[in-house]
Amino acid sequence: MSAGTPRSLASSGQKSIQDICHPLSAEESALSRIPDVLNPGSAGERDLILPNGTPVDTSSPASSSSLLNRLQLDDDLDGETRDEQKYNITTEFDLPEYSVRRRYQDFDWLRNKLEESQPTHLIPTTRTEFDLPEYSVRRRYQDFDWLRNKLEESQPTHLIPPLPEKFVMKGVVDRFSEEFVETRRKALDKFLKRVADHPVLSFNEHFNAFLSAKDLNKRQGLALLTKMGESVKYVTGGYKVRARPVEFAAMGDYLDLFTQKLGTIDRIAQRIIKEQSEFLMELREYGPVYSSWSSFEEDLHDPLEGVSGCVSNCSSALEELTEDMSEDFLPVLREYVLYIESMKNVLKKRDQVQAEYETKLEAVVFREDKKTPVPSDVEKCQDRVECFNADLKADWDRWENNKRQDFRQLLTGMSNKNILYYEKCLAAWESLIPLLQDKQEAKGETN
Amino acid sequence: MADSGSEDIAVIGNTDLTPLESENNLKNTMVEKGTSLLKKMEISVAEAEKRTGKNAVNMQETYTVYLIETRPVDAASEGTNPVLDSLWKRYSEFELLRNYLLVTYPFAVVPPLPEKRAEFVWHKLSADNMDPDFVERRRVGLENFLLRVASHPVLSSDKIFYLFLTEENGWKETVFETGFQAKADSRLKALNATFRVKNPDKRFAEMKHYGDELQSVISQLLRVRARAADRLYGVYKVHGNYGRVFSEWSAIEKEMGDGLQSAGHHMDAYAASVDDILEEEEHYADQLKEYLFYADALRTVCRKHELTQYELEMAVQDLTSKKQQREELATGTIRTFSLKGMTSKLFGQETPEQREAKLKMLETQIEEGEEQVKERNAECDEFVKSAWVDIERFKEQKDHDLRESLISYAIMQISMCKKGIQVWNNAKECFNKM
Repeated sequence: MSAGTPRSLASSGQKSIQDICHPLSAEESALSRIPDVLNPGSAGERDLILPNGTPVDTSSPASSSSLLNRLQLDDDLDGETRDEQKYNITTEFDLPEYSVRRRYQDFDWLRNKLEESQPTHLIPTTRTEFDLPEYSVRRRYQDFDWLRNKLEESQPTHLIPPLPEKFVMKGVVDRFSEEFVETRRKALDKFLKRVADHPVLSFNEHFNAFLSAKDLNKRQGLALLTKMGESVKYVTGGYKVRARPVEFAAMGDYLDLFTQKLGTIDRIAQRIIKEQSEFLMELREYGPVYSSWSSFEEDLHDPLEGVSGCVSNCSSALEELTEDMSEDFLPVLREYVLYIESMKNVLKKRDQVQAEYETKLEAVVFREDKKTPVPSDVEKCQDRVECFNADLKADWDRWENNKRQDFRQLLTGMSNKNILYYEKCLAAWESLIPLLQDKQEAKGETN
Repeated sequence: MADSGSEDIAVIGNTDLTPLESENNLKNTMVEKGTSLLKKMEISVAEAEKRTGKNAVNMQETYTVYLIETRPVDAASEGTNPVLDSLWKRYSEFELLRNYLLVTYPFAVVPPLPEKRAEFVWHKLSADNMDPDFVERRRVGLENFLLRVASHPVLSSDKIFYLFLTEENGWKETVFETGFQAKADSRLKALNATFRVKNPDKRFAEMKHYGDELQSVISQLLRVRARAADRLYGVYKVHGNYGRVFSEWSAIEKEMGDGLQSAGHHMDAYAASVDDILEEEEHYADQLKEYLFYADALRTVCRKHELTQYELEMAVQDLTSKKQQREELATGTIRTFSLKGMTSKLFGQETPEQREAKLKMLETQIEEGEEQVKERNAECDEFVKSAWVDIERFKEQKDHDLRESLISYAIMQISMCKKGIQVWNNAKECFNKM
């Protein structure tokens, strides 16, 4: 089967699904360029395109409930023959849904294509409940960085999730160590999930390219990008920033305070890890002393060895605790600090847009005597402001919700780790007691 | 679990035993072993008080006195008001008592006193002798000392010890009147014997070596434990900062606020819990310290054996040389070098009368020497016998006590873990409500 160059999706933002080229759609001459839409038959799902062909606008921001991306595999209901068996690929979002029909060999093609790429980070895409093979592409950190920049450029009104820190001090952190790579992987995974969660960002063409393209064509702008609408760049700077409206000012204040608190928590957590590590060091010296004592005792030999073993078990448990905290807890905190930074930038951009509008408006009002209708560019500015504000508010609500969940998860996770540590130690010491007492009874009996 | 019928008190099954209770178990063990003294009276060091007074060089000094209370056992069991004898004694008087016992019963492994100055302290604990925690732990140690002596099969029947418990004034003079200080071996003498003894009993040599090793390992253990305690303190206390920052954070949150705030309280509780934990561990450290000092007492007995053995060897050597001299004088052969021998060779033999005189003197000396050897032999034998009995007794006591200590240590750790689990579960509940 010949492979063509998969084409990236255009943003679904303001286009009807019928205009979107699926990367695979060029492959099968039997398929029309417009993907067929088929109702998979499950009740309650909403089709993007109504059965009569009317497109549905998908540009409005989704509700704040979380979104899931699933690939479902259903047997084709039309009862075609085995060879012609087509599978429906349904991508479900909370609102919109679209599906295309593909044959098994299309999946095969896709899989081969993707396996051919050479990158570093594995991006497993979602698995189906049936036998669809998982496909994955590999990406490097700089690809993620590219994606994020592209997202910021193309969706400047939205809050883009942060990436883990780009620059790591050489000599301080081993960039190829397992722990570092694993920590980074988790953060990158989270980044992708957050983008996939987002009702607008998840449709972004760059995101889709990122997930599926063999080679990210980073240098050239993607052909479809030149369409206006999504690629409008907002002018930054050059306008006098006025006072923020109350709600956005409140956001800004909150972000400032929140960053502070996060910083404090980070420091506390680090300090705890440090103290625990030093405690661990002492424990590692403490346990063996009991061992060496046992070497010149007779009756007490086993009890002393037992204590030594116990201390050693507790040491291992403590080591795991500190490692877990380093790997799972601290990075999330830091990520949020970065997230907040980028959010503050978005707020600033919003200010700029508003400033631009207000400045232009003032200039027009000034010339009011000329009785000219409000120029279109001022109107456009007004639109931009309103769009921005709306997007931002919706994103803010979503962010607040996610933040609440994230921190609930983070802190209960921290509690769980500590509970696990104490449970391990408890088990060790409890198992020692009968060993210590056993001899006594035996001794008593022989008396 | 029920008593297995042996004399051993077992701390079994009840993992909620507090250190106070486990100390009581130790005391009960001693009482049950039942010396005649302990069958008659209960002994306790009930209180400690600060006093000031003029010392020997007429300077003001502050010192602590300890209240020793004794009461007859029978009266207590009858339910009538027990007659309470109580008197105050200083630490130095305890020291005097112990020194007396050391000299008077050199074959006994004499129980040690609690340390004079606080050692192996971790940073939060004060090394000040006047610190109330130190005084309290010392009080417990002194009581322990008295109980140990009172439960010793030999020491418990000592008159001076009895007077110590019952006479406040005049006891010191009584002790000095025994003249025990004159009987004390000088350090130098003991050291000399250690180096020169040829044939010490192997068992004692091994015991001495064991004492050395025990002392070394317990010192090390105490040192590392103190450092670990320091670190553990830090870990817990830093968590207290979470309490504060969660409180501040909750102020800027809407729905998350309550959960954060209450979780913060639990973090505070967690941080505070370490004080009790470490105080309990001090009891364990004290139990180890007692055996650290016991190791020294053990070595003292072994050194005494070396001394008596050495003196026996000296006496034997002396006797042998005298016998040899007699032989030479009698047979006229000079095998041993002596100045007299040389001069008589040079200047002529001595007269038969002189020889007679010398022989007679030697005979007397040999007789005396033989007596001495007999005496010292007997001394040595007796010492070895009674010392070994006490050493065996000590070994059993040590094994039992240290095992109990390890059990109570494990129980402490279990308690600490359970507390930790509870606090973090509480915090987790709060976080879940965020």
